[in-house]
Amino acid sequence: MKLESQEPGGPLEEKWEKHLKNINLVSPNNKRKYEIIVVGTGLAGGAAAASFAELGYNVRSFCIQDSARRAHSIAAQGGINAAKNYPNDGDSIWRLFYDTIKGGDYRSRESNVYRLAQVSNEIIDQAVAQGVPFAREYGGNLANRSFGGAQVSRTFYARGQTGQQLLLGAYQAMMRQVHNGNIKYHPRHEMLDVVVIDGQARGIITRDLVSGEINRYEADAVVLATGGYGNVFYLSTNAKNSNVTAAWRAHKRGAAFANPCYVQVHPTCIPVSGDYQSKLTLMSESLRNDGRVWVPRKKGDERHPNEIPEDERYYYLEERYPAFGNLVPRDVASRNAKMVCDDGLGVGETGLAVYLDFRDAINRDGEETISSKYGNLFEMYENITGENPYKRPMKIYPAVHYTMGGLWVDYNLQTTIPGLYAAGEANFSDHGANRLGASALMQGLSDGYFVLPYTIGDYLAKQEPGKRYGTDHEAFQEAENEAQAQIDKLLNIDGNRTIIDFHRSLGKIVWDKIGISRSEEGLKSAIKEIRELREEFWQNVKVPGEKNNYNKYLEFAARVADFFELAELMAQDALDREESAGCHLREEYQTEEGEALRNDEEYSYVAAWEYKDLNGKLEETLHKENLEFEFVELKQRSYK
Amino acid sequence: MSKEMTIHLKYWKQNGPNDTGHFEEYTLNNVNEHMSFLEMLDVLNEELMLDDKEPVEFDYDCREGICGSCNLVINGQAHGPKQRVAACQLHMRNYNDGDHITIEPPRAASFPVIKDLVVDRSAFDRIIEAGGYVSVKTGSAAEANAIPVEKEKAEDAFDYATCIGCGACVAACPNASASLFTGAKIAHLNKLPQGEVERKDRVVAMVDQMKEEGFGDCSNYAECEAVCPVGISISAIAEMRRDYMRAMFSGD
Repeated sequence: MKLESQEPGGPLEEKWEKHLKNINLVSPNNKRKYEIIVVGTGLAGGAAAASFAELGYNVRSFCIQDSARRAHSIAAQGGINAAKNYPNDGDSIWRLFYDTIKGGDYRSRESNVYRLAQVSNEIIDQAVAQGVPFAREYGGNLANRSFGGAQVSRTFYARGQTGQQLLLGAYQAMMRQVHNGNIKYHPRHEMLDVVVIDGQARGIITRDLVSGEINRYEADAVVLATGGYGNVFYLSTNAKNSNVTAAWRAHKRGAAFANPCYVQVHPTCIPVSGDYQSKLTLMSESLRNDGRVWVPRKKGDERHPNEIPEDERYYYLEERYPAFGNLVPRDVASRNAKMVCDDGLGVGETGLAVYLDFRDAINRDGEETISSKYGNLFEMYENITGENPYKRPMKIYPAVHYTMGGLWVDYNLQTTIPGLYAAGEANFSDHGANRLGASALMQGLSDGYFVLPYTIGDYLAKQEPGKRYGTDHEAFQEAENEAQAQIDKLLNIDGNRTIIDFHRSLGKIVWDKIGISRSEEGLKSAIKEIRELREEFWQNVKVPGEKNNYNKYLEFAARVADFFELAELMAQDALDREESAGCHLREEYQTEEGEALRNDEEYSYVAAWEYKDLNGKLEETLHKENLEFEFVELKQRSYK
Repeated sequence: MSKEMTIHLKYWKQNGPNDTGHFEEYTLNNVNEHMSFLEMLDVLNEELMLDDKEPVEFDYDCREGICGSCNLVINGQAHGPKQRVAACQLHMRNYNDGDHITIEPPRAASFPVIKDLVVDRSAFDRIIEAGGYVSVKTGSAAEANAIPVEKEKAEDAFDYATCIGCGACVAACPNASASLFTGAKIAHLNKLPQGEVERKDRVVAMVDQMKEEGFGDCSNYAECEAVCPVGISISAIAEMRRDYMRAMFSGD
């Protein structure tokens, strides 16, 4: 396997423009001869499907939910970054680029990140034109707020529901094309495999989640916009149906999987309350604009938080990072929360929580102002915990939120399988070892609206228009048989442990040993435990119901089976990376102050794993894409 | 310490759209007050499966009240007794030890049952398809600040845009009308300058599609507003009707 990034040469700011000049175009009358499959309807998939259809391609769109509008992008709260510099506070494309590279701890590709910053402004224009009701100033112009990891206000927002509004914009654009007949729309369909013929992606195998029917679809190119793999941890802020299956099955067909160990743990989530817990709820990072994070200085201080005087409160982020204070990047905030709790300073019943306090902001700006900014988040918090955050500080703790790793893609967002593309959280491309807040929405929409529509044309232009192998081709047959065999196997085990029970146990291993901090010893034992549990899963899992009907637990069983394999690769990747970078903290590699200590000499690469074969044991081969930094100087990240 | 309860459940089982369906009963012990309603159903299903019984199917995804997947009718109320939350955000602390809870799918001819509590809401997609958008192509947008939008207007549009498409409005309406859902999208877009251009075509297309799907008309019961988990106001329906009448009589 050869990793060719396909980055254009020349000055950073001219690369994308130059690339656009050089890539091939498909003429309007030929576009209708090509068919593109888009799997997933979140920001990346919805935007891509709509944009392809507008260009004149035939599109098929698939999602596992009952409607495209329910993709998990909908849950993003805080905002979307763009380098508009409306507040006139010194922002620029360069600065957005630089903050993203630095925030990612210098483990992303300069050219990709610069392009992301370049198209960020067009995304805002596009969304506004679609009728996305962003927050406005009294003068009628768009409002901005600040977010972690940046010293400018560049985040556009729609109350605490920015993801919802942007997703509905993309969904509506997509439904317009469904109406026009340019998109064939398949909700409640799950992709089970990619079909590769003569080395090129030529279609997919799906399961109709209502009838259980396995179907074959042929196309000239396939785009996976299927989100991240945070649910490998069982408890995460991801929606319950979010999974790695599409990406993982593509990986098993030859697409390299990059940096699986880079997982972002979001610092502001509602803490776990019991074993029955099925998911964790995030409180937007935007809360850190006005909320102050603290724990009592004294261990076991059981006083009501409001009764703890100022000098007995440890505002640890403000003290340790005076320049950024509560707005340090997510990895830094999460690690520090874990550190103070490990030191016994945590609060609440479990001791696994810190305070996020709005007292000072309410005194300064009034309850009404705070409510207009965060009202729905406060309501959500009160509803879940039964406590009123206007009166008592919120209790928060880190939770798995976003996965920077994903399918390896080149500058064109093409995976190592020609004709197979990955977009949004499903790829590894832009966030390095840590994503900044409000950048996921930006990347998803950038990939979908402004990158793929161009780059996919470059590939299609080189394919014979209208070429079809037919879905009775042996590659389709084989892929369908394998998908069917796995379903039969799962249903036939008829063991004693439920799928959720296995998933919860897997999640615990992954959280304890491949979570906020990792060590060689822990990772090695994680691999052993994951293998043992996986073996037991295939002997003893209990999958109810039948295959030819709606059967959610059968869907879950197949997804958990893939998580088992991914989990081992995450540990292997974390083990290989003998440095700390961004969210990947190896306990052996820290500065004296407990900050991530990179090793640029040896680890300035993207780890892209190639799947070999599974015989009870994963065989993954590491390929390295060396990251060249021509335009930024690599520094020890400091937010002090 | 958190409270534990015994809850008596009665839930709908239906093995597909053509099955007549029936209720089944089960008593759950040790229901923790901090559980969400859907977590309580997870626990029910775990017990059923370990007992070699079929779990009850229900729709869910984000479990934080925003995706609109869950749509349970709980003791006759869409999303249950707590105002302004989806079923996934309903917590068991709203119940007492020994309570009886009946769980049904939303009952509407336009939402046929797929299995148990899972229904087909694709009619909503088709209503949006008919005109719930601004026809702007990727890349053709003007500079975002080129058209200022009054803050109040943007906020007003937002209040309607916040609809999560769960279908509680249809479930609660004696006429099984989708007027609140349809009106909310129309009001969101028609209130913004970006949506103004297609104002008339949009309202006509969407209202006609709503009728086509077999949803009933609005008789101002306002049950929809009462159960809406995000508090969409029925003024959306008034706006929709006004726009529809205007479009009918405008002569172009």
